[in-house]
Amino acid sequence: MSPLLRVESLGKSYGARLGCAEVSFDLWPGEVLGIVGESGSGKSTLLGCLAGHLAADSGRILYRGRDTRAMSEPERRMLARTEWAFVHQNPRDGLRMGVSAGGNVGERLMAVGARNYGQIRAAATDWLGRVEIAATRIDDRPRQFSGGMQQRLQIARNLVTGPRLVFMDEPTGGLDVSVQARLLDLLRGLVRDMGLSVVIVTHDLAVARLLADRLMVMKDGHVIEQGLTDQVLDDPQAAYTQLLVSSVLQV
Amino acid sequence: MTARATRKARPERPAMSEDYNFAYLDEDTKRMIRRALLKGIAIPGYQVPFASREMPMPYGWGTGGVQVTAACLVPEDRLKVIDQGADDTTNAVSIRRFFERTAGVATTTRTREATLIQTRHRIPEEPLREGQILVYQVPIPEPLRFLEPRESETRRMHALEDYGLMHVKLYEDIARHGEIATSYAYPVRVAGRHVMDPSPIPKFDNPKLSGNAAIQLFGAGREQRIYAVPPWTQVVSLDFEDHPFTPSKADAACDLCGAAGSYLDEVITDDAGSRMFVCSDTDYCTTRQAEGHRGRLNREEVA
Amino acid sequence: MYVATKGGERAIEAAHAWLAEERRGDPAVPELSVAQIREQMSLAVNRVMAEGSLHDPDLAALAIKQARGDLIEAIFLIRAYRTTLPRFGASVPVDTARMAIDRRISATFKDVPGGQVLGPTFDYSHRLLDFALMAEGAPPPAPTRDPETANTAAPAPHVLALLDRDGLMEPQTDGAETPPDLTRSPLEMPAERALRLQALARGDEGFILGLAYSTQRGYGRTHAFVGELRIGRCIVEMEIPELGFAVGIGEIELTECETVNQFTGSKTEPAQFTRGYGLVPGQSERKAIAMSLVDRALRWEELGEDNTGAPAQDAEFVLSHCDNIQATGFLEHIKLPHYVDFQSELELIRRLRREAVAAAPQSAAPAAHSAPAPSSSPAPSSPAKGEAAE
Repeated sequence: MSPLLRVESLGKSYGARLGCAEVSFDLWPGEVLGIVGESGSGKSTLLGCLAGHLAADSGRILYRGRDTRAMSEPERRMLARTEWAFVHQNPRDGLRMGVSAGGNVGERLMAVGARNYGQIRAAATDWLGRVEIAATRIDDRPRQFSGGMQQRLQIARNLVTGPRLVFMDEPTGGLDVSVQARLLDLLRGLVRDMGLSVVIVTHDLAVARLLADRLMVMKDGHVIEQGLTDQVLDDPQAAYTQLLVSSVLQV
Repeated sequence: MTARATRKARPERPAMSEDYNFAYLDEDTKRMIRRALLKGIAIPGYQVPFASREMPMPYGWGTGGVQVTAACLVPEDRLKVIDQGADDTTNAVSIRRFFERTAGVATTTRTREATLIQTRHRIPEEPLREGQILVYQVPIPEPLRFLEPRESETRRMHALEDYGLMHVKLYEDIARHGEIATSYAYPVRVAGRHVMDPSPIPKFDNPKLSGNAAIQLFGAGREQRIYAVPPWTQVVSLDFEDHPFTPSKADAACDLCGAAGSYLDEVITDDAGSRMFVCSDTDYCTTRQAEGHRGRLNREEVA
Repeated sequence: MYVATKGGERAIEAAHAWLAEERRGDPAVPELSVAQIREQMSLAVNRVMAEGSLHDPDLAALAIKQARGDLIEAIFLIRAYRTTLPRFGASVPVDTARMAIDRRISATFKDVPGGQVLGPTFDYSHRLLDFALMAEGAPPPAPTRDPETANTAAPAPHVLALLDRDGLMEPQTDGAETPPDLTRSPLEMPAERALRLQALARGDEGFILGLAYSTQRGYGRTHAFVGELRIGRCIVEMEIPELGFAVGIGEIELTECETVNQFTGSKTEPAQFTRGYGLVPGQSERKAIAMSLVDRALRWEELGEDNTGAPAQDAEFVLSHCDNIQATGFLEHIKLPHYVDFQSELELIRRLRREAVAAAPQSAAPAAHSAPAPSSSPAPSSPAKGEAAE
């Protein structure tokens, strides 16, 4: 077996300011990798580079053996709407707020050539069900949905084309605790059932513990510790990680 | 008011043709437009930016079409100008006179006699033939404009063939109305590549875009874009397999010439709700009448 | 027997004749000469030249006369004429530092080398109607010329250049390459500053004014001071290849405004002032000031400022909508016939309504009619009949 995603010495800076540097890791099929760290640690920059939203300055990103940094824009976009998915923290960034729930879910299908209205609608209905949104809401717009429903709709919209690799940026941020728990539960089920590989950025160690198989801790643009989730959280080695873990436990 | 109306019109002004270059535009400008046209022909449906000139008629009134026509005209041409299918609507008259004055070319109202037809909002009913040029006036050339207002973004979407959004719009129509609620300027895909706005022709005319023997040129002056459909090019109206595109027209026949298959204008004839339907293509209608065809209200010469 | 409306040609002829009559007005009143318009309506002439992008006071005056005083129509006439003119070449950039000053003020310094010159301005006129102007033939009092100001041929350096020397001003470098010509190449986004300035210079005064005002009220605020506003005449020079040097080919009046704007600086750059720039042909200081504010607002990206989503920060929005000839043409084109599009909409909406009515539950269809209106107001029969037929 070979890794789905291999990252080698990835670096990105904004002028004089460092975004992230010397990041290397492998992501295996079906694996969930959590990236944790406080804001400004470079975790969002790293995610942006991986997903192709930001242009990295150095290093390689090999997806199934091909360097995505060397790909043409059309190739990268094709990947982004077929094998990849991206779940934004704010559902407004990942949804079309003026388009119905069904249209939101159907867009990716149509973007890759689906041209049968009935089938698109059936797929949308199916996916709304899988993220626990009633089929009767299919023609409603996301504006009429609660925050948790919007986030679930965003997930449905992303997963409808059966991607292999999903990037998530604080997917439970900004939601109530009870809503978060339900969403995490749903995500965990989907990841397991679909065998997804996931790179998830979060500052919430509880989310990381529930979802991630492996963790990477970032500080000031560098990876300072990585390992199995339980190992990192229960027996942190780096001083910063110890601080991070203890600060959570106090809460 | 009535006194003014009865006053005699001024005699015709002398022709402008001596003050201006043939067909108004200077040769450098025409060359620039022809280059854009050639590029448009080479990449069917692609919007070529061109340095649109200010014309002596308002933007939005056919300045793009007029510039394309000016760049294509040669003295031997026979020009036809229609607006809404009719040769005698005021803007068609105005544009025809502009070229009579500035190019001195012969004009005609007969579709089959014309070598170049400038049109606004219609494709003539009579099939065009090889060697003819059909020039469309285009207000908004970008089919994605009302989904995405940013030019920089829509150009990228075309470049990357990122047309999912276009179908989302059609999907939303069906979800809301049960059918695709676009009745004119119905988007098409040209030669399997570029999605194109066919200008605000009724969707009834869309099938005529495809496999047409004539050269079809589109000019948008204000938006500074030219695009083209070469002869015999496949043009497909966007749709879904289970909601196929259907050209539609008023469910009636022309009350003057009896044509059942031509696009009709609805005319309100009194204030009690009476109406009649007549061909929007005036040349088609008069030709049919001259051939002896009669419609419902034209059987005998009674009101 | 219905006959489709014919005679568009005759109608157009008659409309033009009528228009000519209206333009002339009462023949008992003497006709305005082009020279009178040029001399006595000079600010209107200036605006037509600026937004028409053609320096020719006589033609601008003629256009105003022909357009019955409708300045946008006059600008349109000039633009259309300009299209047909051949290009002989480009002048060398005019040097506004060597301007023969008619008016020059700075809001940032009490006094500046070269002095503050009030010039012919409305600024401190009380806006009271001057009924003396109604009394025809009454000449205004002859101006007295101050012999001291007459010989202020002393150079008036740009005020901002003084700040520049102290390093307080953002540096401004001459671009080596010839800027693109908005009227000869299509406007493509994103547009560089040279192109933006061209578009603003010929943009609609009212639109630019409104945008500039919006920045002052907080929609893309830039904290502008008028560093300098100057109006005067500049020599236009052209390189003549055969001669190998530039010769003056004439003189044009220009209004130039440079604003000084706050800038807090960043980690890499110390705090300094930034600038907005406005240059308009003719005497048109409202436009020049407005232009400099909008120019500055549009520079948010290069200066690392936040995009607050203000209209004046959105280059694509501003440039696509500032041209009044494009705007008026497209706006007014909706009065052209749209029978065909409208007909197709009519069919569609009828069909959708038919289908909706057919699909609606039967119980809703025979809605209880309200009691008939009192007999005192007889209901018109035809509309009711029309509805019943539906």
